[in-house]
Amino acid sequence: MTQDKQPMADDNRLISVQDLKVYFRSGHACARAVDGVSFEVRKKETVCIVGESGCGKTVSALSILGLVTTPPGEIIDGRIVFAGQNLLELSEKEMQKIRGNHIAMVFQEPLTSLNPVFTIGNQISEAVRIHKKIGAESLREKCIRLLKDVGIPAPEQRLEDYPHQLSGGQRQRVMIAMALACDPDLIIADEPTTALDVTVQAQILELFGAIQKKQSMSILYITHDLGVVAAIADRVYVMYAGMIAEQGNTEQIFRNARHPYTQGLLASLPSLSKRGKRLYNIPGSVPNPAYKPAGCPFHPRCTHKAPSCSTEYPKMCDYGQGHLARCPILFQDKGHHT
Amino acid sequence: MNLNETTVTKDFHLEEPLAPKQTRLEEFWLLFGQNRLAIMGLLIFILFFCCAIAGLFLTSGSKPIFDPSLIRLEEKLRPPFSKPNFDLLEPNQVPTLNFYLMGTDDLGRDVFARMLQGAWVSLTVGFVAVGISVLIGIFMGGIAGYFGQHYIKIDHILWTLFLVSGTGLVFLDVTLSGAALLLLCLAYIVYVVLTRHRSRKKAHPSWRAMLHTNAVSVDTLIMRIVDIMLCFPSFFLILTVVAILPASIYNIMIVIGMTSWMGTTRFVRAEFLSLREQDFVAAAKALGIGNFRIIFRHMMPNAVAPVLVSATIGIASAILTEAGLSFLGFGVPPPNATWGNILSGGKNFIFDAPWLTFIPGITILIVVLSFNLFGEGLRDALNPKLRERH
Repeated sequence: MTQDKQPMADDNRLISVQDLKVYFRSGHACARAVDGVSFEVRKKETVCIVGESGCGKTVSALSILGLVTTPPGEIIDGRIVFAGQNLLELSEKEMQKIRGNHIAMVFQEPLTSLNPVFTIGNQISEAVRIHKKIGAESLREKCIRLLKDVGIPAPEQRLEDYPHQLSGGQRQRVMIAMALACDPDLIIADEPTTALDVTVQAQILELFGAIQKKQSMSILYITHDLGVVAAIADRVYVMYAGMIAEQGNTEQIFRNARHPYTQGLLASLPSLSKRGKRLYNIPGSVPNPAYKPAGCPFHPRCTHKAPSCSTEYPKMCDYGQGHLARCPILFQDKGHHT
Repeated sequence: MNLNETTVTKDFHLEEPLAPKQTRLEEFWLLFGQNRLAIMGLLIFILFFCCAIAGLFLTSGSKPIFDPSLIRLEEKLRPPFSKPNFDLLEPNQVPTLNFYLMGTDDLGRDVFARMLQGAWVSLTVGFVAVGISVLIGIFMGGIAGYFGQHYIKIDHILWTLFLVSGTGLVFLDVTLSGAALLLLCLAYIVYVVLTRHRSRKKAHPSWRAMLHTNAVSVDTLIMRIVDIMLCFPSFFLILTVVAILPASIYNIMIVIGMTSWMGTTRFVRAEFLSLREQDFVAAAKALGIGNFRIIFRHMMPNAVAPVLVSATIGIASAILTEAGLSFLGFGVPPPNATWGNILSGGKNFIFDAPWLTFIPGITILIVVLSFNLFGEGLRDALNPKLRERH
């Protein structure tokens, strides 16, 4: 692959996923949930993966941590390089040392991601104790400091509380505290604000920003909300039906979208200037991952489709400065011949 | 001043937790308390527990306060509450209460003292047997529920067979072939461990690939063992085993425990199948917590409610089984008293001395009934789906 040759010089890279393929088998059908996805996260960077439900964003994230349940899921191909080693080749024991310690994850549902039978303090200290040898006194202090860092009032008393005694936002803060417990290099946040209301969402996003500034870690943020992307991302990957449709920094994606899917997504955002007009929508719906159309998976819904779209899998087209889009048709239209 | 006060109260409200501060235990007691029968069961259970503990201290030692094995042939088959004939008895033969609370049996032994001694036996048999069965059940159920989708490969089965038969042969003094089997097995394990880190692209030799094919899933294996165990008429299995083993209370506990874990396994597996998909299990995995720690520390406390219920009812059935064994003469060897052998000794005199049959019989009935009522009360209080019924 072309990305494969350059990267050695790029020391700034924290993790890179190369040509990842994750298929789910059920009966005779084989759902190609993630079909040749490559992305990377650099140090101290917030990267967003954005896409519709079922486009493979969560599966990509889970496969970084080796949490895809097999069977039915199976990582067919690809490499996930983190700190010089391919995570897909590590044994289960070695993966356990990476999970939580170097790469931590915050899940979508704060309501169910905490164990209902243990106190908050118990669960946070468990997260620390797994990877670090630490005395009981300093463990308690560390828990209190973590809870304070994520903005929970009166942390000394909250330590004794059970999850059902906290609100949704507080629970998500506790989840973030657990993810932070071992000072990981990368936090994967899988739609952490989807289950929360907008004010709490803003607070949590602010919290992520503050933590990143303070602890200099990278965040891989998975969302379907372009508003969130605009608020926090340094770079964006737009995913559609198991492939990366477009990638670039936030500015490039929001001002100069080069893929019809990204353009459609941006056009369908409601805004005050479009008040009273009918909201744009992308016709059709996401293809079933088991029966994807041949060629470009987006072509049945595309407004720019050409005859070649239904036969050829689209190539990544480089617009320079790290801005790539998987649509040769638009690339030719703009006269970007190379 | 006024303004200051409002800010203070506002701060105070911010600090308040947003859900009511009622713990699960308080909620449980509230629900449990509404069930009168269950409360009765609990009270009788506590009374039985105290009696059994007291029975242990009052009837054991070189000079027990209530001597269950003191024979007074002159005083045989006295009815309950009867005064002893002080003229015939030596001073050390006089019962401690100065009368026979539950009468005497055909050898003139004090039935009250024997019942006390039997209570301790019943209690320990109930608890130890159920403890064993719950431990096995939780372990098997946890493995079946959590690792159920994993497959056992043909080579796993083969080397287990080799290992077991090899060890067996060595113990049976067929040292040469036994050692050969063990060595073969060891060599294979070393070979597998050495070649484990080969990359996926390099194919293993075909004989290895054949040995590596999936034979049976863990779930199927464990649950079919459960089904097979359930097919045995377990009381007769216990009878056979007890007839072979030397008669002792510990053998009975172990045998009862080993033949009654299947229900717990099924409960735990069912709970684990739903718990496994919960987000907090995925979250625990993402923190790098090991599989066994997730099973026993994170998932088990969530699955313990049905286990507790079945254990309570299991104690009742273990007490019944022990009484049945003792009644048939396979249980605790005499002169130690258990409720079962008091009952079986009394059946010969059922018309002359009905108390010898009725006292242990009714005690067993009450204790078993109280355990069942208590267990059902627990189930209703712990299972939110059943709450609407009351």
